[in-house]
Amino acid sequence: MESIIEQFINGLRSGSIYALIALGYTMVYGIAKMINFAHGDIIMVGAYTLYVTTVRLKMPVIPAVLFTVAVCAVLGIIIEKVAYKPLRNAPALAVLITAIGMSFLLESVALLIFNANPITFKSIITIDSVSIGGVTVSGITIVTLVVTLICMVSLTLFITKTKAGSAMRAVSEDRAAAELMGINVNRTISMTFAVGSALAAVAGIMFVCQYQSIKPMLGAIPGLKAFVAAVLGGIGSVPGAMLGGMLLGVIESISKAYISTELSDAIVFGVLVLVLLIKPSGLLGRNRIEKV
Amino acid sequence: MKKTLKRILSMGFISVMVVGALGGCGKKDTGSSSEFLIGGLGPLTGSNASYGISVKQGADIAINEINDAGGVKVGDSTLQLKLEFADDEASGDTAMSAYNSLMDKGIKALLGTVTSGAGLAIAEQTNADGIFQITPSGSAQDLTAYDNCFRLCFTDPVQGQTMAHYAVEDLGYTKIAVIYNNADEYSTGVMQAFADEVEKIGGEIVASEAFVSEAVDFTTQLTTIKGTDAQIIFVPAYYQDAAYITTQAAELGMNLPFIGSDGWDGVLAKVVDPKVLEGATFLSPFFSTDTDPAIQSFTAAYEKEYNAVPDQFAADGYDSIYVIKAALEEAGSTESEDLINVMTEIQVKGLTGDVTFNADGEPNKGVKFVKIVNGEYTALTNE
Repeated sequence: MESIIEQFINGLRSGSIYALIALGYTMVYGIAKMINFAHGDIIMVGAYTLYVTTVRLKMPVIPAVLFTVAVCAVLGIIIEKVAYKPLRNAPALAVLITAIGMSFLLESVALLIFNANPITFKSIITIDSVSIGGVTVSGITIVTLVVTLICMVSLTLFITKTKAGSAMRAVSEDRAAAELMGINVNRTISMTFAVGSALAAVAGIMFVCQYQSIKPMLGAIPGLKAFVAAVLGGIGSVPGAMLGGMLLGVIESISKAYISTELSDAIVFGVLVLVLLIKPSGLLGRNRIEKV
Repeated sequence: MKKTLKRILSMGFISVMVVGALGGCGKKDTGSSSEFLIGGLGPLTGSNASYGISVKQGADIAINEINDAGGVKVGDSTLQLKLEFADDEASGDTAMSAYNSLMDKGIKALLGTVTSGAGLAIAEQTNADGIFQITPSGSAQDLTAYDNCFRLCFTDPVQGQTMAHYAVEDLGYTKIAVIYNNADEYSTGVMQAFADEVEKIGGEIVASEAFVSEAVDFTTQLTTIKGTDAQIIFVPAYYQDAAYITTQAAELGMNLPFIGSDGWDGVLAKVVDPKVLEGATFLSPFFSTDTDPAIQSFTAAYEKEYNAVPDQFAADGYDSIYVIKAALEEAGSTESEDLINVMTEIQVKGLTGDVTFNADGEPNKGVKFVKIVNGEYTALTNE
């Protein structure tokens, strides 16, 4: 019994990271109608920025974390302005290829600067494991869950309660109509990229604190899994990304623990196929009526 | 102006070439004594380059030592050794063409290949040519299928069996958990042999957990193991995986002992807190901080020459050259056929252990274990 609770918590922990990244995919898709494949690599940039600020520049933890989040947010805006904005009216395939190119560019730059050798990184979060009735939960797991919860609540409040959030929702509903209503579409898109990338930075920070090792390809696998999570939850839907991420983490963990470690990825993707067969728009996705 | 520049440049090139040529055959060419040309094959570029470069550099150290000491006495004459090392990019196709060009240069023995895949691709051809071949580090079983090929390192199955005996007989554990990479042939090869041997000698594998390359999260596998009555965890994997696994086990409050395969070499540099590795033991033919004077002097020479710490591949390359030397001296001949025939009679005291060879081309040597004590690699010799 204890072990199933522990496995569940393990799943929530990796699920939190997937969810934080999936939010970026889903928000960008909702507004710009594109899959930003460079999003996974923002995690990597966040991880390296944290390493440079805390280890090389010896910055205190809080400013270093804030700086990391800011760097990623700005990077998100720059990527959008340089790579995606000129292609806004181009075919979707061109944008997709550009995004993949951007992803390779970020990885290659990281390879050039830091080379392929993984860097060992001492976690900035040092909280001891907690043991409740035979269930041991590591400190970093608690921090990850709490931080993810805070991010999700504040994002939800931001989207529903603020003017900027309303603008984002309006643009995602209908870009042309939003523009007619006087919403600055360019600024709203930039803001979406900034918020998404900031969340990816948080995911990156949590990721390196858990696994304590940084390498240029670090964002690839979590990025891919998070993309699956976003599709599972219904791409374009913010609560869907949260649910999809958590669900993916838990399914992965439980199937590894009780079915087969070798088949866990097959099971995860099997669930995705099943969900998409039954509900093509994802768990919480809306069925769009195609305009002809 | 341009002409002068060209002249200076070409002079520079010539001097570099002369120095290179001299460096290649040791101190100085005595002229009167003849040369024994050894071909080397291994990856010098690509993602496996570090293995080939290490073998080549280790072998060069051995060759310089031997030539400085006067060379090798073969029958009545004294030979200087020379190594011609070609890049095979760890690929079968490249290995084949590199091997052919080495043969054109007239090599008398082959040191290689460094990696298994390339070696399997040329095995048939080297056998047809009848050339004496020794692989320093290729661990695939079939590499020594032909009579002309010998191996210096242990095969994957031998590693697994050795660790099984260590865990069950030396440490006395019977309930064992395994975490292995099911996308990697080295890891699965060692694991399979380990599991078979454990069953045979009365132990039990209580949990066999897999992961795939590039995995970073092992908490699920470890939590599963925690729920069993395992007494020890065997991890046949590379050092980065081992670092993740031991660190996460400590986070989960597990204090089961760990044992590993030779891929663990270098694990200390990859963990934040060496305490998570305390007591872990793994198989390693060589480690540079060993107190053995021969290893100390090799390490010093290597560091001086290449400004790097030698790894087990460098030691394998070094030992392989001494095996060739011993075979030459024993045979009193430079013919491959004679060298192959005396291989079962020679004994070489190498950096990776005292080695003899059996008729199958496999090495017999003592097993060396490394145990991590107080955050440092410590030798644990086990005969």
